[in-house]
Amino acid sequence: MPNSKNEKLLVLVEKMPAFPKSVQQVVQLTSDINASAKDIIRVIECDPIMTVKILKAINSSFYGLPQKITSVQRAVVHIGLNTIKNLALGVAAMGMLNADNKANFNTSGFLLHSLTTAAISKLLAERIGLPSTECSDCFVAGLLHDFGKVVFAEFMPDAFKLALEKSREQQLPLHQTELEFIGLNHSQAGKMLAEKWELSAPLIDAIAYHHDIGHSQNVLRDCVFAANQISKHLQFGDGGNPVLEAFPDAVAARFGLHLPELCEALGDLGSVKTEAQSFINL
Amino acid sequence: MKIKFWGVRGSIPTPGPNTVKYGGNTTCIEIRTDDNDLIILDAGTGIHALAQSLLKEMPIQAHIFITHTHWDHIHGLPFFIPIFIPNNLIKIYGGIDPVTNETINRALSVQLQYSFFPIREAQLNARIEYATVKPGEPVKVGSATITPIVLSHPVLNFGYRIDCDGQSVFFTGDYEPQLNIYDPEDDEYAEFQSFVDAKWDEVVLAMKDVDALIVDSSYTNEEYASKQGWGHGTYDSGIKLATAAKAKKLFFTHHEPTRSDAGLEIIYQNLLQNNPTICCELLLAQEGVDISL
Repeated sequence: MPNSKNEKLLVLVEKMPAFPKSVQQVVQLTSDINASAKDIIRVIECDPIMTVKILKAINSSFYGLPQKITSVQRAVVHIGLNTIKNLALGVAAMGMLNADNKANFNTSGFLLHSLTTAAISKLLAERIGLPSTECSDCFVAGLLHDFGKVVFAEFMPDAFKLALEKSREQQLPLHQTELEFIGLNHSQAGKMLAEKWELSAPLIDAIAYHHDIGHSQNVLRDCVFAANQISKHLQFGDGGNPVLEAFPDAVAARFGLHLPELCEALGDLGSVKTEAQSFINL
Repeated sequence: MKIKFWGVRGSIPTPGPNTVKYGGNTTCIEIRTDDNDLIILDAGTGIHALAQSLLKEMPIQAHIFITHTHWDHIHGLPFFIPIFIPNNLIKIYGGIDPVTNETINRALSVQLQYSFFPIREAQLNARIEYATVKPGEPVKVGSATITPIVLSHPVLNFGYRIDCDGQSVFFTGDYEPQLNIYDPEDDEYAEFQSFVDAKWDEVVLAMKDVDALIVDSSYTNEEYASKQGWGHGTYDSGIKLATAAKAKKLFFTHHEPTRSDAGLEIIYQNLLQNNPTICCELLLAQEGVDISL
């Protein structure tokens, strides 16, 4: 894909709207002087677009942070709730993501997939004993791993539609058909945006290589990879990719189990789906 | 290094008989290096009286560091007389607002509009320069080094540490130390607390061992109970900071606008009684008093 096209995409994404329910909730909660901080943060951290835009604003080089801010909660502690609230309101002012996009991409299904991947990714991080801050980073990485797809649905719907159709009809990995029709897959688009927005290096890596496990050692990315497969295996939502990927040896070694056994070991994850669903249907 | 408070009041100027002793002007602090370089922290209404004192020194070079752009920290700027006088250099420093992406230029230009002020920005005769400062990146003014840090307030707020001639001062601007927004029974509580603790350590490090710590201490603990999230600290949160940072002097400022001189002094006496073993000297910020460190 030529660079000028990438540049255009970067400009367009600045105006990318968030998901309808979170836009409505942010407008409502920020109009209520008694709204609780917890409720506001909950809405923001369950929307990939709001989350990524807040991380982008806070991690800008203008704030020269020694360590990147990797979650909405950290951002609140760093700069104060009101600035985060107003950043979210700024995103809300860009409108709402259109559910009826020309790509026929199911944005509710996508959001459910992203949220359940986020929650399962965090569960996996807890299971292997990561410190609590890294567990929350795993949630963010899971939430953001596929955001390149909504960018395609919004700004390159015709080509993305063809990629989705071919992936579904021929049971091919979506990132493969995206390359064919768009010249860039959602991981690459996500990487490009995450780098431009100066997100943390492990987060960029998790987004960039969640289909390319051999690339590097990154526990965040391994949690996202496994959670992504579990969410697909359990058919929690729909990220548009029908192909389940087996655990490479490194991932199986990380969790001590392969996909079916790990699913079983995690027990009933129905509550993960119900909780994500309850957010989407607020 | 010398310090002088020209404005110690929070939120709105409060002239009148009840504030004669400590002063009713909003935030403005003058700092002079041993070479007499002029650093000004914030441009509340106190900057007007400071400007009068500078008229005998013209031409001047003034370095104004803005902690944040709420009115009470910038509304004296159009009345800082040196901006109208040729051959003065006025340099205004501040951050970029993450919500609006505006630089500190706007603090002055937004006030010098037809509807609000009779003089246009283009009509200012002094040389006005603006500089964007970033947290953790020191700025030099003569022998002084000024280092900003982000401190939580309802708008982007910088605390500034000034190191100069072997001495140091830290001013918080308006600052409410972040509390845990979750209840202990919430899943998020412990994790959020770890973020709060990490930020606290960062803040204490930024003000470590200063000779003078100037803190926003708007409220008593009783008042704070109904003002959480308003963006201001308490006398006790100031003492906690000063103790952790091992500051030598602690100045309480941003006096709550309804606080009378008598009210302030009662609070002060209680603070002295309740903190008999504290290692730092406790002081109420007072307009017009020269402080040598």
